[in-house]
Amino acid sequence: MLIVLTLVLVPCLAGLILLFLRSDFLRRIVVSVTVLGVCAVTISLAFQPMPLNDAGFQWHRHDLHWLMILGEIGIGLYVLYIGAVRRNILAVALGLAQGVVIGAFEFVIATNVHGTQPVYVDKLSVLMALINGIVGGGICVYALGYMRDYVETHRDVADRRPLFFALLFVFMGAMFGLVFANNLLWLLFFWEITTLCSFLLIGYTQTEEAKRNAMTALVMNLAGGLAFSLAIVWFYLETGSVELQALITSKHGLALLPAALLCFAGMTKSAQYPFSRWLLGAMVAPTPVSALLHSSTMVKAGVYLVLRMAPVVTGTAVGVLVAVIGGLTFLVASLAAITTPEAKKVLAYSTIANLGLVVLCGGVGTHAAVWAGALLIVFHAVSKCLLFLCVGVVEHHLHSRDIEAMSGLIQRLPHVALMMLIGMAGMFLAPFGMLISKWAALRAVVDTYPALSFFIVFGGAATLFFWTKWMGKLVEGSHPQTAVAREVSLDESIALYALTGATFLACALFPLISSKLIEPYIAGVYGQTAFLGEGNNIILGIMMTVVMLFPLSLALHRRSARIVEPYLGGANAAEHGAFLGMGGHVEEVTIHNYYLHTIFSEAWLARWGAWASAALLAALLAKAWL
Amino acid sequence: MRGLKESPWIIHYDASSCNGCDIETLACLTPLFDVERLGVVNTGNPKHADIFLVTGAVNEQSRSVICNIWDQMPEPKVAIAVGACASSGGIFRDCYNIHGGVDSIIPVDIYVPGCAARPEAIIDGVVKALELLVERQRKLREIRDSPTAIQTTAPQGSV
Amino acid sequence: MNAWMRVVLYIVAAPLIGGLLGGWDRRISARMQSRRGPPIMQPFYDVLKLLQKENLAVQPLQNYYIVFYLALMIFTGALFFGGSDLLLVVFALTTAAIFFALAAYKVGSPYSFIGAERELIQMMAYEPMIILTAIGMYMATKTFYVHEIAGRSDMPALALPGVFLGFVYMLTIKFRKSPFDLSSSHHAHQELVRGITTEFSGRTLAMIEIAHWYETVFLMGWVYLFFAASPALGIAMALLVYGFVILVDNVFARLKWQTALASAWLVTATLGFGNILILSAWR
Repeated sequence: MLIVLTLVLVPCLAGLILLFLRSDFLRRIVVSVTVLGVCAVTISLAFQPMPLNDAGFQWHRHDLHWLMILGEIGIGLYVLYIGAVRRNILAVALGLAQGVVIGAFEFVIATNVHGTQPVYVDKLSVLMALINGIVGGGICVYALGYMRDYVETHRDVADRRPLFFALLFVFMGAMFGLVFANNLLWLLFFWEITTLCSFLLIGYTQTEEAKRNAMTALVMNLAGGLAFSLAIVWFYLETGSVELQALITSKHGLALLPAALLCFAGMTKSAQYPFSRWLLGAMVAPTPVSALLHSSTMVKAGVYLVLRMAPVVTGTAVGVLVAVIGGLTFLVASLAAITTPEAKKVLAYSTIANLGLVVLCGGVGTHAAVWAGALLIVFHAVSKCLLFLCVGVVEHHLHSRDIEAMSGLIQRLPHVALMMLIGMAGMFLAPFGMLISKWAALRAVVDTYPALSFFIVFGGAATLFFWTKWMGKLVEGSHPQTAVAREVSLDESIALYALTGATFLACALFPLISSKLIEPYIAGVYGQTAFLGEGNNIILGIMMTVVMLFPLSLALHRRSARIVEPYLGGANAAEHGAFLGMGGHVEEVTIHNYYLHTIFSEAWLARWGAWASAALLAALLAKAWL
Repeated sequence: MRGLKESPWIIHYDASSCNGCDIETLACLTPLFDVERLGVVNTGNPKHADIFLVTGAVNEQSRSVICNIWDQMPEPKVAIAVGACASSGGIFRDCYNIHGGVDSIIPVDIYVPGCAARPEAIIDGVVKALELLVERQRKLREIRDSPTAIQTTAPQGSV
Repeated sequence: MNAWMRVVLYIVAAPLIGGLLGGWDRRISARMQSRRGPPIMQPFYDVLKLLQKENLAVQPLQNYYIVFYLALMIFTGALFFGGSDLLLVVFALTTAAIFFALAAYKVGSPYSFIGAERELIQMMAYEPMIILTAIGMYMATKTFYVHEIAGRSDMPALALPGVFLGFVYMLTIKFRKSPFDLSSSHHAHQELVRGITTEFSGRTLAMIEIAHWYETVFLMGWVYLFFAASPALGIAMALLVYGFVILVDNVFARLKWQTALASAWLVTATLGFGNILILSAWR
């Protein structure tokens, strides 16, 4: 209906306009207006009764359908062209295969699929739409300030900002289409648009590395697209329908293989093992891309699909295998995050890990698990986005992505560092959101497959380590530093403060989010719902108050302590942070975090994680087939 | 208030000692003498210590270290010079590299004679130091609570 | 006894009990070493002395973190004795410990830094097991709530022998005793000078000590929970475990952190997780 159409088309239109705007001033206006409008519409959507049916949408469906087919052909041809130009056999092969499958389907097998309900909006769609609109919108605003600095510091990269912003908004529109679509063909179309946007944005800097990583992303997502196409064909052949809701509500035997294939597609999009390499490689792109596509929204599309499949796969061997793959991803990615000092890589691994946790919840598939998974999506989107945006600002000031370079950042960039600390606390610390979600996931798991808790407990311990050592690095006071005069530009600060506020609000209001958005969905699908319990909510509230007293009452702290030198064996030199070494030579104190390279090797983890997951995936598809 | 006398924590530093006094000091911790009965703990950290136990005479290298450690100790604190060398330079007093006893650098409160000082004498010195600690604490309180005391605050810092 | 009374009792009595346990610890260790040892009340004298010492700091705000460490540790224990959800208790404990580690990071001196890093590795080592303990208790008793587990007539320990042993293994780490007193060592021993507590003194050090007492009583309470059906047995087992940890402390030398992490995870994966697997297959 109208709202859905607006949300899909307006960002695309804005993108088209932005493609031709070279003036930064006009760009700001278009971006801000569009973002505000989209946020307003999305929020208003949240208040409408669900699920929305699409009465009044009967017209033009036929034409839209052919428009979509045209678009698909266009994308397919472009993929083949890229694959040919870059000599990538896989891209060509996958693109061709998908083209053949969908082409055969559209023109041979299913020539009259018009009796379908193409759009279905329920609370889960609205949740995803809110994330896309608000978080995504915030990132677009941030990108205005960020790209202005980026263009100045990266003079060797061509200024292709019109294309950049156009792609951001086209992507936003495609995401809206993705979460509202009920016709699987339409879903696939928007899915492929997001793949294309990701490919173009990763390759933005057009360096060799960027082009290579963009191809990797393209190829892996194409594999997912192929699986998606096969799922559509199979389901139609079994039941004559291409509707998502029909798949979710159909009987097990019919839906299991399509559901497994869709989970496969979701796993490629969400960079689960063995497909994690593309997300790590995607970090070469500018930070807004990493934040928008590769942590908050696009990768959420993959786990959104897996969560949709949850009612179908719950209680089956396929579901268990999906959950194990998700759990394995969570564990391996968390361990790998310990080993790297590169900030964006740590964030990427953490993203992969948390998506693995959502996949685990989807595979378990009970009402409690899906509740936990939805919560995870919400909190992760907000916190991780905040972290990426802060890291982007830090990178501009320090000209480095190394965590070790961020020593004492709380003195140099106080506000940004504080927001980073809040973001990191939001990722793993009680009483913040991700912890609540992890708690919910644990509870869902113990009631169904307690063995899965293995992944959660060991992975969770690993997350504790790498986040806290980063937090410690930020507050470290080994060398005195002066604060930078102007930390962030206006656009960036709007986004950052908004997201910090959102982190708090999401935690504080999570019972409201749960009861208004998530629980109705769960109740609708499973007939019962999950919640944390009144007493626990109160305790979490108390804890949040206590924890927040820390930054808030800093001003009240009486600083009556006598300042002395740190203990350096009595050999302190005149300046702070130095000592007298051999022969009276003054040495600087250097402090370097542990990366446990002798215990967890990133390469080893990646290899074994990929192989184990690949084996599990093969088993999954085999089991679904039989 | 109780506590200061019952829990003397020591930091033990060897300025340029031949280790004779050091061995005797550490012997106090052994079952034969067991100073832990008195609550004594050999903490190697000046910030945790009440009593600064120095052996050996002061040479160039140990001059700054003694000052540094003494400065990092929180009040109330006492310094004990253990052995002849720490007290006055001992037989090395006239050497070109020796400044003298520990009292040439920091104010020493207790002198434990001997070469090497016996564990019984060292323990005796520590016990005498306990009385001094209490006395010093009392004086510090007087100064702090007096109307003419200057209040100092630490410089501003970040989270 | 209702929950609020238990909480108040914990807040008031835990430092006293914790301090006494610490005093007994030093006394028994001394006797094992053919010494006499300090008086039982020694930990209290130590804390009283520390409260009277001058307040030092390397970074102006480092001591402020410790206030929150103490507050959240009390909160954790209060949650536990008030009968709350075990998982929430574990997560609150983690948050408290993070403040402690961050305080040491804040200082930025080498000893406190390595102490903090090792503290994190210790936390990484024991965290899986204590969460698995909570999960094991849930599987044995169908509830996460402490007061419900305590009120049952069957002992969780009977269904959770592996989990119990794994938990006791983790207690050697949590009590900061050899062979795993890596981040800091208590009283008679030194590790990295004083490791994580190196740059704290006076009032702040006293707060850290008191927080450790609260933690000790909380952990003893958890051991008691395994045998809660019979209170006498529960208290006896808690004291026995504490005595066992003291024995291990005096017998073993300190191991490397790599060994600590590897052995803890191995014990967790075999004893703890094995127990969970058997329980889940049984159901």
